[in-house]
Amino acid sequence: MELKPQEAMETNIEVPIKPEKGNSPFQIALKRFLKNKLAVIGVFVLLAIILAVTFAPLLTEHSPTKSNLLLIERPPSEEHPLGNDSSGRDNLSRLLYGGRISLIVGFSAMIFTLIIGVTLGSIAGYYGGKIDAIIMRAADMMLVLPFLVLCLTIVAILERVNVGIFVAIIAITSWPNLTRIIRGTYLSLREQEFVLGAKAIGASDFRIIFKHFIPNAIGPIVVNATLMMATYIIIESGLSFIGFGIPQPTPTWGNMISEAQSLRILRNSPEAWIPPGLAILTTVLCINFIGDGLRDAFDPKSNRR
Amino acid sequence: MYKYLIRRVLIFIPMLLALTIIVFALIQAAPGDPISGKIFDPNIDPEVFEKQKEALGLNDPIHVQYWNWLKDVMQGDFGKSFIFKGRDVSDLIAERIGNTFYLGIFTLFITIIVSIPIGIYSARKPYSILDYGATTFGFFGLAVPNFFFGLVAIYVFSIQLGWLPSQGSVSSPGLTGIELFFNKLQHLILPGLTLGLAGTASYMRFMRSEVLDVLGSDYIRTARAKGMTDRSVLYKHTLRNALIPIITLLGFEIGALLSGAVITEGVFQYPGIGTLFLSSIGNRDYPVIMAINLMLGFFILLGNLLADIFYSIVDPRIRYD
Repeated sequence: MELKPQEAMETNIEVPIKPEKGNSPFQIALKRFLKNKLAVIGVFVLLAIILAVTFAPLLTEHSPTKSNLLLIERPPSEEHPLGNDSSGRDNLSRLLYGGRISLIVGFSAMIFTLIIGVTLGSIAGYYGGKIDAIIMRAADMMLVLPFLVLCLTIVAILERVNVGIFVAIIAITSWPNLTRIIRGTYLSLREQEFVLGAKAIGASDFRIIFKHFIPNAIGPIVVNATLMMATYIIIESGLSFIGFGIPQPTPTWGNMISEAQSLRILRNSPEAWIPPGLAILTTVLCINFIGDGLRDAFDPKSNRR
Repeated sequence: MYKYLIRRVLIFIPMLLALTIIVFALIQAAPGDPISGKIFDPNIDPEVFEKQKEALGLNDPIHVQYWNWLKDVMQGDFGKSFIFKGRDVSDLIAERIGNTFYLGIFTLFITIIVSIPIGIYSARKPYSILDYGATTFGFFGLAVPNFFFGLVAIYVFSIQLGWLPSQGSVSSPGLTGIELFFNKLQHLILPGLTLGLAGTASYMRFMRSEVLDVLGSDYIRTARAKGMTDRSVLYKHTLRNALIPIITLLGFEIGALLSGAVITEGVFQYPGIGTLFLSSIGNRDYPVIMAINLMLGFFILLGNLLADIFYSIVDPRIRYD
């Protein structure tokens, strides 16, 4: 009798099971976010808008800034599906290129506000004491004047405005709200033990803020940044509408709607001013949906759906 | 509590000073100086110009200038307009403020009348058709820029249907009595709806979540358990608690309303503070711009003060340490 090598036995040996990896907070948030239908739709529609304005040259061959005296206030035609504005510029191409400016202004104003707000909020919330008092009093002072009115006053003082200056004005006048939110988040983080631990092993202030505070405050930061961007797009269009935003002939959605201040265009060419309005509405709606989705996703207490 | 109230009123004073300092800094930052703005003639003799500057106190040290300016402002003297030659800024503002005041009151009235009942209904019957409708309206109301809504409103109600006037605050100056009242009211409807849109949407959402919160609390369960009717649970327990934060928010709403009024009044050519502000910005009429800044800031601070005071009176739960 021949003994078989006991190979079969080996299959019975316990195979080390891969330990199931728990979901990281980010994965949990992502899963929650993907369950929110409106937010996901918002992402897709916003992406479509971004693609359309990015590839504007492929979608239209007309220049958004070139006037044509022969085409002033022409109704829609095959060549110009949305007609022409009061300087004979093609409305469709202004809609697409204008979206670029509106989105870029909203986005960069948001980034600038984030930089100012997070820096000041971090300093105030982390160090506390005198520096905190100074920053928060400065924030209080800024909040005394309504944002829009302060913006307009600065526009009047500067006399000349371009996209860069406009973004700076928005960021400089709107940091206080974000600073307050971040400071508030930090105040509660500061008392927690992991911060004490990080200090005990000798982590620098800079490292604690960047490695421990900001990641823990990322929820409110991202949510507020999103909603801020929506607000800035509305503010930009509002200021451009009344003629104190981005100057003509640069196309923005607000600039396009300002054509409708003439009662004749308002009455006769709704195709000129309704599309940019709907574009603003859709963009802001999408961003708000995404912001709400993010808020629910980052909020550990939320268990909606 | 009185300690808290007194302290809160006392904080109002340094805030007011801070406001005047900001506005004064803005005045200083404005290009040129009051006499070189529009009146300055490039051919003027530099010596005469210097003399005028000296006479107006523009060569004084900055803190002296601030103090003199503050003294004037306290007496209601905001200087003279560049554009409307020789007219006092305070007169220009006094002429317009009534219209903005009516618009504000009308807007607040609509906001409250619409948002609170719908918010309550949505909270009592969540996920009903009306609740979904209200939520959709809320999303749109917060996303649509109010000037665009205003234009659509003019297009639909003034141009297409011809129901309501699209501009101004009154049709003809000759009206009196009840006719004048209704005519003014007609002119308020479209601007009021436009200005109130965002507020209505956010108050509705806020009211809904507030009532839902209260309905989930223990004392409501107790009230139900002891056999109170739905009606009295709603009026005696729910609303009283849910309305506290809303009424307080109204104090803060003043700021939003005033700055929203700037663009809305512009769309409807409504002769209020907002259109005065816009035309002053366009003409770089700095004395008027600064006076309006100062005035709006003052109303906002006052609104915040009233909101805080009111809150401490109606809600005994907050701590005053």
